[in-house]
Amino acid sequence: MQILLFASWGDALGASLSLDLPAGCTVKELVDTLRERVPHRELPQPMVAVNQRYAKWDQVILPDDEVAIIPPVAGG
Amino acid sequence: MITLTTAPIDAAALLAQVADPTRGALTLFVGTVRDVNDGRAVQGIDYQAYGPMAESELRAIVAEAHDEWPGLALAIAHRTGYLALGEASVVIAVGHARRGAALDAQRYCIEQLKARVPIWKREHYADGTREWVDPTRTAATTP
Repeated sequence: MQILLFASWGDALGASLSLDLPAGCTVKELVDTLRERVPHRELPQPMVAVNQRYAKWDQVILPDDEVAIIPPVAGG
Repeated sequence: MITLTTAPIDAAALLAQVADPTRGALTLFVGTVRDVNDGRAVQGIDYQAYGPMAESELRAIVAEAHDEWPGLALAIAHRTGYLALGEASVVIAVGHARRGAALDAQRYCIEQLKARVPIWKREHYADGTREWVDPTRTAATTP
């Protein structure tokens, strides 16, 4: 599965990442997995978008979902 | 009308989009790159967007505003890429028959944009460092 990452998370892990997620993986488990890859980095708690909508922590990610890591937004 | 663009934003053109003789109140908000943030001298900002989702969130905000203030006309543009000091990063033009609705809708749109549209800014400081702004950690309020 392709994960899109932005801002500080993109700097730490790359703008796009290919991951094999276990079936039934939730949004929270995905973020935990990503954090384990860069334990030395202090990254802000992100939101996660699934199919371009903000997802809850317990949402299960499906194989065809478009998933994006959304650090605290700062538009304007 | 929603626009994400790497080109400079023409605020007057956005205002013209919402102008109409039926709308007695036009408001224009222009957010620009400020020279200081949290006490640090800023030289410029680069903006990154998750384009498709940023556009869909902006469209949702516009739809919510239309529901709340019927008769509204709205045009929103947000810049991406590198901006120098003083350049406009966001422009929101609002038209309505009445000033109360126009001003309230204006405030609603910019606050919602800042809270939920997936756009990020990395400030370039005078000392050569660069940092992504995290509004949940700092008092950063550059519009």
